[in-house]
Amino acid sequence: MTKTLENLHGSKAVEIPGPSLHVAPSPHVGNLDFTTRRMMIDVLIALSPPLAMSIYLFHGYALRQLFICVCACLASEMLFVAMRRKPVTLADCSAVVTGVILALSLPATAPWYAGMIASVVAIGLGKIVFGGLGMNIFNPAMVGRAFVMISFAGIMGAGGYEQSGSVVDILSQATPMNAFKQAGKLTPALDLFFGWTNGSLGETSALACLLGGLYLCLRRTASWEIPAGMLSVALIIAGIADLAGNFGGRLVLHHLLGGALMFGAFFIATDPVTSPLTPKGKFIFGAGVGALVMVLRLFSGYPEGVMFAVLLMNGVTPLINRWTIPKALGEF
Amino acid sequence: MGSIQFKGFPGKGSFPHGIHPPENKELSSNVPIEVMPPPERVVLPLLQNIGAPCEPIVKPKQEVAWGETIGVGKAFVSANLHSPINGVVEKIGVCTLPNGRHLPAIYIKAKGDQVVGQALYDDVLGGHWPKDCPIIYYPTSIAKLIHEAGIVGLGGAAFPTHVKVRPDDTKMIDTLMVNGCECEPYLTTDYRVMVEAPGPIIAGALHAARAVAAKEIIICIEDNKPEAIASLRAEAKGTVIKIAVLKTKYPQGSEKQLIKAVLDLEVPLGGLPADVGVAMSNVATIAAVARSVIREKPLTHRVISVTGRGIAQPKNLLVPIGISMGEVFNFCGGLTPDAARIVAGGPMMGFSFSNLDMPVTKGTSGLTVLTHSDLRRERETNCVRCGRCVDVCPMRLVPTKLAMASRHGKLALAQQYNILACFECGSCTYICPAHIKLVQLIRMGKAMVVASRKK
Repeated sequence: MTKTLENLHGSKAVEIPGPSLHVAPSPHVGNLDFTTRRMMIDVLIALSPPLAMSIYLFHGYALRQLFICVCACLASEMLFVAMRRKPVTLADCSAVVTGVILALSLPATAPWYAGMIASVVAIGLGKIVFGGLGMNIFNPAMVGRAFVMISFAGIMGAGGYEQSGSVVDILSQATPMNAFKQAGKLTPALDLFFGWTNGSLGETSALACLLGGLYLCLRRTASWEIPAGMLSVALIIAGIADLAGNFGGRLVLHHLLGGALMFGAFFIATDPVTSPLTPKGKFIFGAGVGALVMVLRLFSGYPEGVMFAVLLMNGVTPLINRWTIPKALGEF
Repeated sequence: MGSIQFKGFPGKGSFPHGIHPPENKELSSNVPIEVMPPPERVVLPLLQNIGAPCEPIVKPKQEVAWGETIGVGKAFVSANLHSPINGVVEKIGVCTLPNGRHLPAIYIKAKGDQVVGQALYDDVLGGHWPKDCPIIYYPTSIAKLIHEAGIVGLGGAAFPTHVKVRPDDTKMIDTLMVNGCECEPYLTTDYRVMVEAPGPIIAGALHAARAVAAKEIIICIEDNKPEAIASLRAEAKGTVIKIAVLKTKYPQGSEKQLIKAVLDLEVPLGGLPADVGVAMSNVATIAAVARSVIREKPLTHRVISVTGRGIAQPKNLLVPIGISMGEVFNFCGGLTPDAARIVAGGPMMGFSFSNLDMPVTKGTSGLTVLTHSDLRRERETNCVRCGRCVDVCPMRLVPTKLAMASRHGKLALAQQYNILACFECGSCTYICPAHIKLVQLIRMGKAMVVASRKK
């Protein structure tokens, strides 16, 4: 009796025998090639250019960070899901995506416990407590990163990126965002574009992020409206700041290509779960993130603002959804 | 697929959103219409249309002839019923339809000679059809003939046609649209009628246009049916009829979407095509209209496609209404061993059923038999709010919100998001990467909203 009940509850797929007929409401067919899992694999494919760039630039540092974050994310996913007594959800690959994005948003030199704590917080507090994939309000990777950034300001702040005397030359430089914030020094735009700079692992090369981002948008796994809104508003505000400070366009390039703007626009803000549903809402969301990034960069104590901007806009997402209920066909 | 010619119409030749499911029409698209041998018995439910049932006017043991009226639709939205064979009334019993309704039905047993084969085909679709609408017909007399013939929409919805073509004092109709999109995968019913019998379609369109006083007639076909386009183009030469070739997309055959695609007009929410001056009918319905007006013959037979990988020999058949589904399947070589689901209609909006004694009704546009591999789907996971359902919804709704509101019984929220505008095309369920049964949940929510409004 208990066995059949178990079957009824779908714990094990029931094999349907031969030429038997069954009924169900329409539609009777569905697309099979596009699943949530496939979306996550798309994101992983798109992350490969920034990933490759980070390994090229930071060698073992990048691999170590990646290993820590992905393993910790998978382990905490298993642990927290088991605590909720739900079937294990590793197969959807979302924990791997969170792990990779988190690793790529950390400084190369962050100690092992920073990545690990960030992963546990990202998966546990950022995602599973809300009910797992799809139910979370805030971007899990950014929740984890914000947690360690505030907890360990010393190692995660701007200073944490610099390590003099390292085998990796780039690590001895200040990050472009911090160099400008502290010393008003602008990094050459080409270095920012190709990524010959210090910074969080995945953010250095605007080109790599663009390549991955284009793939995501073409696959429609990420909605182009979000990066479009985010980059255009950032461009406008940076343009105003540029004109005000008479930088002759160099400040615009600095803000567009430097820091995590590109990485955030294509990989962080585009998380479907925490962004609005409709195209119009997505554009508003992107524009909001872009504006907040520029406000934080220009007026706050932090050199960078993508993480907080995304988290703040995540909180506004339900409101945006409510504002942008589309008019049905024939509704006037 | 073919060249896209969309000049001379205000629309864009396609509607926003929608999906591209595999068409699978090649299974039966090149099989000419075959005439089904007459059955031993037919079962005719008294309600085969949207609206009220008709009332039987025959008694058991009474002899009836082919085409004789056996049921009268007295209500305004109702349709007459006619005997599709020569025979004897057995009883007035009960039958069940694929949509789950139990209905009183007239059982007729065949008796005497029947019209069969080519003679039947010629009577229904073949022979000569005029290319004009002679002035002997006054609009109301055309509507009356259509009413008497018991014609309902043969595309699947089965809305009584005489209601559409009846002259209305409050709404002016200027355009008659003949819907030959057949956007459901698998089905080739309308396609075969368009290819083989353009005559009654052109003649029917001219007569129906006169009935509704429409000055423009547009036949709408998707560009995946080049043979049908060529056939109708040739037949329509020298008439006022225009052919609109649309980009293939599901659900283009839905009337609101088709009006948007061709005329760039939006039918108001809760409204009808008549609100924007359009009358629309499916091609097979229009062919039945021609037969009812010109030959004064009622609707007793229809073309259905029997298709899918679960049927041994997919065919297009001219069948009497009321024949049992099992008989039709046997004529097509029976089901294959891996047949898993029988659908009345197409796989996107059709009803599945398992009782093969059910009769073919006026609204049965085809029978699709799907196999286990066609039905393969993955387990449902949480919504990741990717917005794909929003991107495909042809009514510009937010299906995931509607489905979750329905699941949790939040009827006010569901109505705020216009749940009743959903016409259940199933595009959202088709596309959902989390395999959530969106339209199924929305259907449930719609029923709850309607029930709560009746209270």
